[in-house]
Parts: sequence; C-alpha cells; structure tokens
Amino acid sequence: MQAIRKHGLAAASLALLLAAAPPVSAAPGEQFLPLATYRVGAYASSGIPVWAGMIDYLRYINEVEGGINGVKLVWQECETEWTAEKGIECYERFKNGLNGAPVAVYHPNGAPAAYALSDKAAADRIPLITLGYGRTEATDGSVFPYNFPVMLTFYSEASVVINYIAQREGGFDKLKGKKIATVYHDSAYGRETQGPLKLLAEKYGFENIQIPVADPGNEQSAQWRQVRQAKPDWVFLRTWGVSTPVAIKTAARFGFPVERIIGDIWASSDEDVLPAGDAGKGYLALTPYPGGADFEIHKRLKEHILDQGKSDLKDPKSFGSVYYNSGLVNAAIAVEAIRAGQARFGNRPLTGDEGRWGLEHLRLDEARLEEMGFLGLLQPLELSCSDHEGGGAAKVQQWDGEKWNLITDWVAADRATLRPLIDAKSAEYAREKGVIPRDCRAEQ
Amino acid sequence: MTTSIPSIAAAYDEAPVTLLRRRRLLLLGGLLALAFALPPLLGSDYWLNAILIPFLVLSLAGLGLNLLTGYTGQTSVGAAGFMAVGAFATYGLLLRVPGLPLPLALLGGGLIAAAVGWLFGIPSARIKGFYLMVTTLAAQFFLEWVFAKFPWFYNHASSGTISAPRLELFGYNLATPAGRYLLALSCVVLLTWVAHNLVRSQIGRNWMAIRDMDTAAAVIGIPVERYKRQAFAVSSFYLGIAGALWAFAYLGTASAGSFDINRSFQILFIIIIGGMGSIAGNFLGAAFISLLPIFLNHAGQWLSGGHVDTGQLQNLQKVIFGALIIWFLVKEPEGLIRLLRNLAERLRRWPLRF
Repeated sequence: MQAIRKHGLAAASLALLLAAAPPVSAAPGEQFLPLATYRVGAYASSGIPVWAGMIDYLRYINEVEGGINGVKLVWQECETEWTAEKGIECYERFKNGLNGAPVAVYHPNGAPAAYALSDKAAADRIPLITLGYGRTEATDGSVFPYNFPVMLTFYSEASVVINYIAQREGGFDKLKGKKIATVYHDSAYGRETQGPLKLLAEKYGFENIQIPVADPGNEQSAQWRQVRQAKPDWVFLRTWGVSTPVAIKTAARFGFPVERIIGDIWASSDEDVLPAGDAGKGYLALTPYPGGADFEIHKRLKEHILDQGKSDLKDPKSFGSVYYNSGLVNAAIAVEAIRAGQARFGNRPLTGDEGRWGLEHLRLDEARLEEMGFLGLLQPLELSCSDHEGGGAAKVQQWDGEKWNLITDWVAADRATLRPLIDAKSAEYAREKGVIPRDCRAEQ
Repeated sequence: MTTSIPSIAAAYDEAPVTLLRRRRLLLLGGLLALAFALPPLLGSDYWLNAILIPFLVLSLAGLGLNLLTGYTGQTSVGAAGFMAVGAFATYGLLLRVPGLPLPLALLGGGLIAAAVGWLFGIPSARIKGFYLMVTTLAAQFFLEWVFAKFPWFYNHASSGTISAPRLELFGYNLATPAGRYLLALSCVVLLTWVAHNLVRSQIGRNWMAIRDMDTAAAVIGIPVERYKRQAFAVSSFYLGIAGALWAFAYLGTASAGSFDINRSFQILFIIIIGGMGSIAGNFLGAAFISLLPIFLNHAGQWLSGGHVDTGQLQNLQKVIFGALIIWFLVKEPEGLIRLLRNLAERLRRWPLRF
C-alpha cells in the first residue's frame, strides 16, 4: 500500500513536470530565440516573472499570430545564475542556432554577461539587446554595431529624473538652487549616473549631492542622516535588490517624505516596495515598462494564454507586475526587430547580421504600438545606426500600498545634451580597442 | 629470515616505480601534445570558449592558492582579491605603457600581485590559522573596494569595467578563441612546471616543514616568517596571472565584481576537492567545479528532452552537484587526487585486494 502510494506520488510528480513542456525541437524554417535565464541564485525571484512574460508573449506570437509573418519561433532556456561565466557558456551553446534554426538577436539578461559578451558577439555578428542596463556608450552604433541598449540608458534615466523634477517644480528655471541628492548603490551601476548628473547640475544650476551606499546596503542610517542634514528637495534613489526597501524604510525613520523619493529603473518593481510596507506608500519610481494588467496586450494574453492554461507564470498574481511586463517588452522588441528585418530580407528566419539590420531599422510608432497591443506599455522607438537607444523616455509611477499607479505620460530625456558625453566615451573605447568606427551615413 | 623481508619489499617497490615514472612521463607528454593540437581538431568555439579556457584558468588559480594553503598551510580566502590585482595591473600596464609586449605585461601584473600578496602576508608572522584567514578576508574586501572606488584603475570607464586591449604577440592576433586558449595553455604549462619543481626544491621542503609544524621548522633553523611571506608572494604571483587570464583570455572584460568573495570560495573549494598539497589535484578540482555543472546541465536537458519544467531542473542540478561534493568529501577527505591514486593502486592488484 505504502509502495503504491510512493510510486503514485512519483508518477504524479513526473506527470506534473511533464505537463509544463516548452517546445524545444526546432526545424529549419523556424527562428531560434535563446533564453539565457536565471531561475536559481540570488536574483531568481526577480527573474522568474521576466521569463514568464517573455515566454507568454512568444507563445502568443506562435499560437495566435501564427509566428512572425508565418515564421514560427522556437526557444530554449539556459541557466546563467546572473553570472558572466555561465552567461558565456549559454551564449556559446546557442550562438550557432538550434537544429538549423538561426539566432537573430540575443538577450544576455544580466550586466556581467552583457559586458563579457560584447566583444564575442561582435566577432560572431550577433546583436545583443540590453534593455535598461549595459554600456551606455553603446548608444553610438558606429563604434558598437552589435550592442543595443534599447529604450533607456542610465544617462537618459538621469535626464528623465531631472526633467520630471523640473515638471513638478514648474520649469527648468525653478531648478536653480534646488538640492537633488542621489543615494546610489556603490557599484559600477550606481556610479554610472554621476557624469550626466554633474553635467545637468551645471546646466540648470541645482546642487548635486552624491551619497553612496555600500553593497548590499541593509544598513543605511549613516546615509539617511546625511540626507537629513543636507535637506535635499528630492532624492533620486539608485539602489537595487535589498538596498531599496531598506532605503525607503530608513528614509521614513529619518522623516524624509517618501513622495519626494524617485526610484530608478532597478528600484521600481513590486518586489522593491512590498517589503517596505506602509513606508512605501507614495514612493515614486520611473520605469520604461510600467506595471499594470490593463494594457491591450494583457487582455489578449489573458484570453489566449492564461485562460488556456498555457502561461509560464507560477504565481498568477505576478500577471501585470513590473517584471512580467518587462519580459513582455523584451520579447516584443526581439519580435519586432525580426519583423523589421524580414521586411528587407524576406519572410524567413534571419541570421544575426540580418537581425542587427532589423534592430537598426526598428520603427515603432503609436499606430504600430496600438496594433501590437503595447500602447502605453512601450514607448515609441526609432533606432538607427548612430542611435541604438532609440527612445530615452520613462513613465513615473507611484505606489499606493497595493499597486503602482502611473502619474505621468512618457517623460523624455534631454538626449541632445548628453550625447557629447556618450560620444566622448565611445571614442575613448574605440581608441583603446583599436576599433575603426563605421560610417553611419553609408548605412541605409 | 626477518631481515630479508624489507629488502624484498624495497626491491619490489623500486622497479615498478621507475617504470611507472617513465610511463607517466610519456602519458604527460602525450596529453600536452594533444592539448596543444586540440583547437583545430575541435572545429567549434564552444569547447574552447566555454569549457577549456575557464578550466585552465581556474586550475592555475587553484595551483596558486595550493602553494599557499596546501603546501605552506596558510589558509586564505582572499584568492580572488589577488586575481583582481593581477587583472587590473596587467590592464594598466598594457594601457599606460605603449608597446609593452603581452608576456611582459602578464609578468608585470603577476609581479605587482606578488608585491601586494607579500604585503598582506606580513601579518602571517604573528597570527595563524583562523585569525590569519580573517586578515585574508580583509584583503579580499579591501582589494575589491579599491578597484571599485578609484576610477583610475579602470581608466574612468563609465561602467567600472575593464575590457581586454588588443591581445597580440609578435604581430600574431591572440584574440581568436584558439589564440586565447593557447595563451592560457602556455601560461598554465609553464607555471605548472615551475610549481612542480618549486615544491620539490628546498623552498618547497621548507614550506611543507612550516605547514606540518612551524615551531619544529623554526627549531631546525628555517626562517619561518620569511618563508611564509614568500609563500604569500609566490601564491599571489600565480593568482595574479590567473586573474589576468580570467579577465582577458576568458571573459574579455572584468570589473571588481568578477573577483568577489564567491570566486575566492570557488578556488578554495577547488583545492579542497582536488586535494591539498598536490599539483595534479588542482586540475581535478577545477574540472569538478567548472565542468560538472555544465555536464549536469547537458545531461538534464538530454534526459528530460525539454519536458521538465526548467526551474525545477535547474534546482535539481544544484542539489545533485552539492550532494556529489559531500559524497566525494565523505568518501575521501583528502580530495579527488587521493581517490584517483587509491583507485590506481587497487586496479594494479585487481581482482585481488591488498
């Protein structure tokens, strides 16, 4: 009896495992989309809803839209644990395609892997899409032909924050004499906005205060005491992981108003504010992929994927969370880049070089976004050889204790002001590595 | 009657050992020839880029730490910090000294790492064991902080990462997968040969005497403090070169985060699993730590045929990997190299037992 029960349990769990079967057998004539994921390790909890968003959207494209112009997508996962080493292993495993289905674009999904793959992908001619992270100077596509920091770089993010503050204060002239403190994670990621903020502070005359938080940042009394002494008008919070809820809670303890704190792209998810509890009520955050399940694409996904039991989502509550939506946006950019490439190379699976051409000619205007069901969720984009970012806008959302509410439309960055910084960095890189920039005027 | 037994045993022991040694030399030569001839045979970059290069570099790092921990008995959890010194120093030399050939830059990086290692080895004169381990932990965090804090080290790059400058040797481009593999392999072969001779020289014997009992070593006239610092310096030299190779031959880029405490632990595990106080053990340990997870991943994918939920599969692989480490260490606390030797011993008498 016990043996039967034991075997029954084993069989049941096996059946359960078998039920969630992703498609892996590829055939020529299909487009391969590798998924370098992290489902174990320190960042797994933020990763899992992202992959669910990506996979749900790819399923939707295959099953409802019949693929991209008839070309079906096939995908396979590989675990990176958010590390560079495993990221390289996954990339090497996938770069030649899957059973004849080629790779058109690659998501490294993690800053360390993105940096490590930068040169390798250029040698293999496979474009990397790094959404909301990666090298800012890769915006300059003439030096970085295969890197695409699409939508929002950290420089643009800094500019969006200043523009939003100007909006709230009533104009750029009101910024003069204001104090804006940046509380940042003391890492490469955290320091990346120092350059642009310095430039913007000179331009608008606000006082730029930089306060570092050492990793991991689970004790921040010293930093917030410093904030209280400086009495800034606004705090730009550039923390990540555990340091975000700790910052929000510590700010409350030191009496700094939470509705004057603006979180950055990596401090803008549900997981960042939920642990802060009531202290997070009123917290602002900017995001290029706002949370919410009311966008048109969510209605379609609900009907065709979630209600059919085909979703990859383990926890249905994550549907419409910031991370889930970032997965949708990531997948949509890949799909639309391939579609743009197909317009030139024909409706067939594309190679990496053709995928790059597609990305550089990606145009998503409002009409197209509405057609896709992404209006409001994805900003209008226009990429080119010399501009691999293409957007540079974010929305500001506010946490009400239960969910995020959007309080602005797209706030655009002042990219023209920051472009000289980017060009200087990319020229420095080109000099150091001996890269001869390609001529973007010749690329059409 | 009683006197003849040891002499027979001695004669018996002698002959196969000399034979074995000759055979081992041939085997080693064959292995080396194969290793150098490998790149064109493989035909795909996957093996070089994803498996062989990291395996070689981790072996070298393990070797460096083993000289300090396995041979001299000074436990260190700062290995990755010294790797970072090597990587950033090599980068700085290549960047700021124009026309410096790659081998000299690597050597310079190693020497700078050795100097830093020597510096952090000074406390070993007064403190031992766990307390010394804590100072190496401090070195790890300090060095990681230094390379994140001061932009000069990464040439003011916005992201805090350094990337490999052009890898060239006598005009030959080493940036290809095969070139990077051969670079790593040459370094590893050369340094392994040096280490092999080093531990058999007077220096190595002094180190081992200190490891076994430093008071006794001092009594027989070994300048203990000097040899401990020297072990720190030599170990850091190896780690520094391993760090430079990790950054430039393998990842192609590095930041302070690439050399965090987890990397130190990884290297410590390599020598514990491979075998303390053994040269070959580092290679076994590195293979175990770096190749087994990849093998498990492939095996999992192949066995499940994609029909098992990937999240579960990944966690299952972690469980198997951890269980295997525990199983091996329970089976043989002296590491894989001892396990292998026992196995060879047993095979020689098979099917009889000793």
